[in-house]
Amino acid sequence: MGLERAFADGPAFVPYLAAGDPDYESSLRYVEALARGGADVIELGLPFSEPMAEGPTIQEAVVRSLEAGMTPDRFLQFVRDLDVDVPLVCMTYYNLIYQYGEGEAQRASDASGETASRGPRAFVEAAADAGIEGFVVPDLPAEEAGPMREACDEYGLDLIFIVAPTTRGERLDAMQQHTSGYVYVQARLGVTGARDDVSDQTEESLARLSDWSVPKAVGFGIKTGDHAERIVSAGADGIIVGSALVDIVAGGHENDDPAADVADRLEAKARELKEGAVRGAQDRPQPEGK
Amino acid sequence: MSSESTFGDYGGQYVPEALMPAIEELADAYERYVIDNEGDFVEEFRERMADFGGRPTPLQYAEQLSERYDADVYLKREDLVHGGAHKLNNALGQVLLAKYMGKERIVAETGAGQHGTATAMAAAHLDMPCEIYMGETDIARQRPNVFRMRLNGAEVNPVSTGRGTLKEAITETFRDWATTVETTHYVVGSVVGPHPFPAMVRDFQAVISEEAREQVREKTGDLPDAVLACAGGGSNTMGTFHHFRDDDDVDLYAVEAGGDSLAVDEEAGVAPNSASLSTGEEGVLHGARTKLLQDSDGQIMESHSVSAGLDYAGVGPELAHMVDEGRVEAVNVGDDAALEAFHRLSQEEGIIPALESAHALAYLHEHHDELGDTVVVNVSGRGDKDLETVIEETGQRDLEAAPDLSVFREVGGGL
Repeated sequence: MGLERAFADGPAFVPYLAAGDPDYESSLRYVEALARGGADVIELGLPFSEPMAEGPTIQEAVVRSLEAGMTPDRFLQFVRDLDVDVPLVCMTYYNLIYQYGEGEAQRASDASGETASRGPRAFVEAAADAGIEGFVVPDLPAEEAGPMREACDEYGLDLIFIVAPTTRGERLDAMQQHTSGYVYVQARLGVTGARDDVSDQTEESLARLSDWSVPKAVGFGIKTGDHAERIVSAGADGIIVGSALVDIVAGGHENDDPAADVADRLEAKARELKEGAVRGAQDRPQPEGK
Repeated sequence: MSSESTFGDYGGQYVPEALMPAIEELADAYERYVIDNEGDFVEEFRERMADFGGRPTPLQYAEQLSERYDADVYLKREDLVHGGAHKLNNALGQVLLAKYMGKERIVAETGAGQHGTATAMAAAHLDMPCEIYMGETDIARQRPNVFRMRLNGAEVNPVSTGRGTLKEAITETFRDWATTVETTHYVVGSVVGPHPFPAMVRDFQAVISEEAREQVREKTGDLPDAVLACAGGGSNTMGTFHHFRDDDDVDLYAVEAGGDSLAVDEEAGVAPNSASLSTGEEGVLHGARTKLLQDSDGQIMESHSVSAGLDYAGVGPELAHMVDEGRVEAVNVGDDAALEAFHRLSQEEGIIPALESAHALAYLHEHHDELGDTVVVNVSGRGDKDLETVIEETGQRDLEAAPDLSVFREVGGGL
């Protein structure tokens, strides 16, 4: 399981886009632009019709992608079609993973005449085959993640959990055991969405994870290079940025801008965020020991 | 009462991490106050249900229906609960629990508006600020209930995503809760969602079957042959069935909304029904593993029913399990039959039932020969809220039981 390597050479910039937003071909270009702009890991959203943890920005991206015909199978093809040399993480909701397994199991069962078994294994296998290296599944807490963890272990994929500002005690311990690759530190309560300020909960959240061995990537609300700098200088090993990038895709779509122009804007924004993160690392006091 | 978190393969807690501490806090409060009766919670709940809510509700012998079907038909009159539906049982229970937990604010979602109305009433009664999320489609077709919520002081937040019905309103309420979880309680409106909601809502609604079982024995000296309740999310269903569960000779029928058809337009992502028990597949939505209307990829389908209160793509996990076990029979009737039953009960018994309840009455009409000599039907709510829908839908159909409304034409009143 190798996503930790993306954090080895300084703070990692982890952008998110919904795959297929606003259409398949443009979206390929947009994701590739993020890689050119300095992305160290890319979180690719596989759209689900009920995105419970997302704010309006990403929800609208999900709707655009679904309306353009995105499906789990097309998502896997999208991953194959991408020309990037950056590790890819699939971010989606559990029902799509679970149902894909059921569908595959059912087809196998129909062929073999044996009873179908349900579960995430089939999608994890297919995702690994397409080149996905990890998963973020917002509605799959550690308590329900056993089968997913097993499947990820079997295929050598990372399973990344989100730690919320409200996560404490035994739950934090359970998540520490289950998380691999990196941990997604939710900077504030609520749903995703770009904000004009950085949450002051970040330092406290990072302090609670100080003994975790996996890199700590902070997300929710990061919009600018300055935000990135402040988050990294507060101790984050990486930053996760979704809505601020999706806003650029949405703006380009609304104005009917050429995909190449939108891709340029995404690349520039990615560079701003990555450079902010690097500055944040330089601001940091030199670590003692570790 | 018991606090199980799963029912066979169904149930669980599939929620974003930000909500997990709140779910755990709620599960703990449910154990302490509802199950262990700490602070005499149960006594206060029952007292308020009696004085504010108007319980117990009658079990009425339905003379005309009994004669028509050659059976003893009893109606459990949840339409007589304060607010006009069984929904108050749960809403009052949860708002009171939120008060015991020290929460400062209530949020809820609503489809037909009955749950929103009940929550707004309970919140006003217990002096808690309250915000209700409701799909735009439902706001348009349930105006009286929207007005009632506002009268009781609740904010009503329109939800425009998707088709603007209950499923979208639930998603939106979860989002609010994820942002405000430390001070806010989400009053889930049915036996759906993550544990402890399915078990807790069932316990608050189980008063229906507790009373009905006792009342039917008083009236007949015996238990009924069959108990019928309509099933959307399944809260009145579970409430009506719970205390009959171990009575193996009592057949339990969950009557779903067959809508226009049981067929599915997978291409369009639309199920022209809300029959997730009858036609759904296992999956994960809104915090629980249960039966869902979904396409082969796992995307949730838009459901349909003439009754907004049944129009939901999922169903409670315990009910799904009881159907799998064979304890409950999942059946369904279509929009037309439900509308016929709505008119029939109004004319024959002087009771205007909710369109939800009309589904159970329609099944009684179609299958009375198979149900035995004594049948209990839960009238889950009253139909005043549905009148605009019924006027419009009746105008588009040729319904045998519909009244002749030419009187309006005679006085120039339209129709």
